[in-house]
Amino acid sequence: MFDDPDKKLWLERCAERGFTAPSWPREYGGGGLSPAEGKVLGQELGRLRMPPPLIGFGLTMIGPTLLQYGSEAQKREHLPKICRGEIRWCQGYSEPGAGSDLAALQTRALRDGDDFIINGHKVWTSYADQCDWIFALVRTDPEAKKQEGITFLLIDMETPGVTVRPIKLISGSSPFCETLFEDVRVPVSNVISEINGGWTVAKALLGHERSMIADAFGGGAGGSARKHQGLAELARAYVGGHGELADPLLRDEIARMEMDTRAFLLTLQRTRDAARAGHQPGAETSLFKVHGTELNMRRNELMVRVAGPQALGWEGEGFEEDELARTRDWLRSRGNSIEGGTSEIQLNIIAKRVLGLPD
Amino acid sequence: MPLVLTEDQELLAKTARDFVVERSPISRLRELRDTNDPVGFSRPLWKEMAALGWVGIPFSEAHGGAEMGMAELAVVMEALGRTLAPEPFLSTVLLAGQVLVHGGSPAQQAEWIPRIVEGDALGALATDEIHSRWDLCRVETRAEPVGDGFRISGEKTQVLDGHVADLLLVSARSGGASDDADGVTIFGIRPGAPGLSITRQSRIDSRNAALVRLDGVKVAGSDVVGPVGGGAAILENAVARATVGLCAEMLGAMQEAFHRTLDYMRTREQFGVPIGSFQALKHRAAREFIAIEISRSAVLAAARALDGGDDEAAALVSLAKAQCSEAAILVANESVQMHGGIGMTDEHDIGFYLKRARAAELSFGDAAWHRRRWAEISGY
Repeated sequence: MFDDPDKKLWLERCAERGFTAPSWPREYGGGGLSPAEGKVLGQELGRLRMPPPLIGFGLTMIGPTLLQYGSEAQKREHLPKICRGEIRWCQGYSEPGAGSDLAALQTRALRDGDDFIINGHKVWTSYADQCDWIFALVRTDPEAKKQEGITFLLIDMETPGVTVRPIKLISGSSPFCETLFEDVRVPVSNVISEINGGWTVAKALLGHERSMIADAFGGGAGGSARKHQGLAELARAYVGGHGELADPLLRDEIARMEMDTRAFLLTLQRTRDAARAGHQPGAETSLFKVHGTELNMRRNELMVRVAGPQALGWEGEGFEEDELARTRDWLRSRGNSIEGGTSEIQLNIIAKRVLGLPD
Repeated sequence: MPLVLTEDQELLAKTARDFVVERSPISRLRELRDTNDPVGFSRPLWKEMAALGWVGIPFSEAHGGAEMGMAELAVVMEALGRTLAPEPFLSTVLLAGQVLVHGGSPAQQAEWIPRIVEGDALGALATDEIHSRWDLCRVETRAEPVGDGFRISGEKTQVLDGHVADLLLVSARSGGASDDADGVTIFGIRPGAPGLSITRQSRIDSRNAALVRLDGVKVAGSDVVGPVGGGAAILENAVARATVGLCAEMLGAMQEAFHRTLDYMRTREQFGVPIGSFQALKHRAAREFIAIEISRSAVLAAARALDGGDDEAAALVSLAKAQCSEAAILVANESVQMHGGIGMTDEHDIGFYLKRARAAELSFGDAAWHRRRWAEISGY
């Protein structure tokens, strides 16, 4: 799990103090800090240029969901292990026949005494080949309305009948996998919240996922260091020009990109400032996922176009390492407007919930 | 400064919104237009706005003002923008007013600002020429030294509220080559001066403007505003503030046009259902919502940067105008399209918003102009 012993030590030291999950309660391995104190801790670590001690779906997605919906026993079993980085989690939501229409999922859970028997096929289970547990949506009542027959279930990946296959993307190798379940036996005690009550839990978790994606993609704020390189600086290396960039049309596109990014970051700041002033999050939060991912995609495209024919390398000689990486980044970025709820679904949500347009 | 309204600003916003709903419906602009009203706005309403303290917002307490900033003024202008209120905020409070604040001598300020704050005097800034295209230094109007004063000749176009101004502040070249920042001087001229002619112009958006011709107009040395040859920086400053004021107006106007269109989408039925149920329209409406929210953040940031004297203020003003220009055009075009045929009729109010959006886009630099400015400021 660790290729770097310093990282392991850093994690252990942070976990001892509850700093891996600073705002979770102490009894579950967290730091017991208020959200504001947790933010200060994050800022201080950032100032010291220390990496976050722990990342992953345990911390950002299933952990917050367990805090909200888990039983006391479930919290005591799973949360401390998440805080110590001992177990890793993946997400079993999408299926070949259930993408945007997630509630159409068909992975079946049949009751057998104190167990469920699981059969089905999950896709886009990121890091499933390295994970210890999966949180999954399964169908427990095929007769009910589609949202009402779904259960949120925790499954140990070591259980017999679980098979994981990696998925190769257009950008090359990826952390994505598909996970197959063949007569997998899971205790009923692993259900989160109610049997057939999984849709509510699933939606809450999707909220955590979307805010995580918006944070990560906010105008290239996250991701690799490559994205922090100024577009203008990069363009100067390819098209030349002292002072003004030699290509006026490219200059205009770069200015547009940088300005749109700045305006988006100001919108994120506006939401934070409003929260600090004690206001409820406003309608503007619903645009973060769709707009943030699209800005990231535009930035990736522009970086590839700036490099011109030098952006066409897949691997090997004649191309800089950064050129190859930027091109792979661009290909990968095409998924940003698909994963975690497509842009089209996000626009539907804005139209319905924010603008009040009729169905 | 946080990008959120303070309690006082929230209160101001509510007062202004209520006032606009009660006293300044969009029908007022239509009537002024249709009757060819010689003033083009309501003088009694202007006095009321002065009495409410709005006209005095950005002026010092010593001159009777409230000594507040762009953040507060933007709140009022957004409310006025909702119904395209034609009162002379841009011309008197921002353009001419801010030239006086940042360039006027104590005597000039004492003469004009208290009367402006009271709503008794109106000002106009005459900078634009037929060929100047938003460049405040591209000035062909000439100022020749004569005795202890100057003689000014040239033509200024689309001088906002120039037809009613008690004080015209006119930029003219007293030295330097064409387009030079050095050599631009600002002159205070009163209507009725020999050689001055003011002709009302008619614009698509019914905002009041005038063509100002100067044929050897004599100006005393004491009527120069700011340093001789050093007017460009004063003009830039005033226009930056006016740009943010205009952006706030645009924000109000686009929000209103959008709300009117959403109402129409909920009620207008075709094929037996409300047209707002069609996904082809829903997604476009959601795009408009995003553009408006992003613009709002940029306007809040620009107003606060100007108030705080931030180094980044110039860049943020360009950001706000670029975002608002494109958002305003998007919202206006979509509003007419989604209203369908009725949106093309003069009888329907939505057309006023289209015309104002275009006029505002093409004032103080369009989006492309401000992108170029951003690139220059950023060093590429």
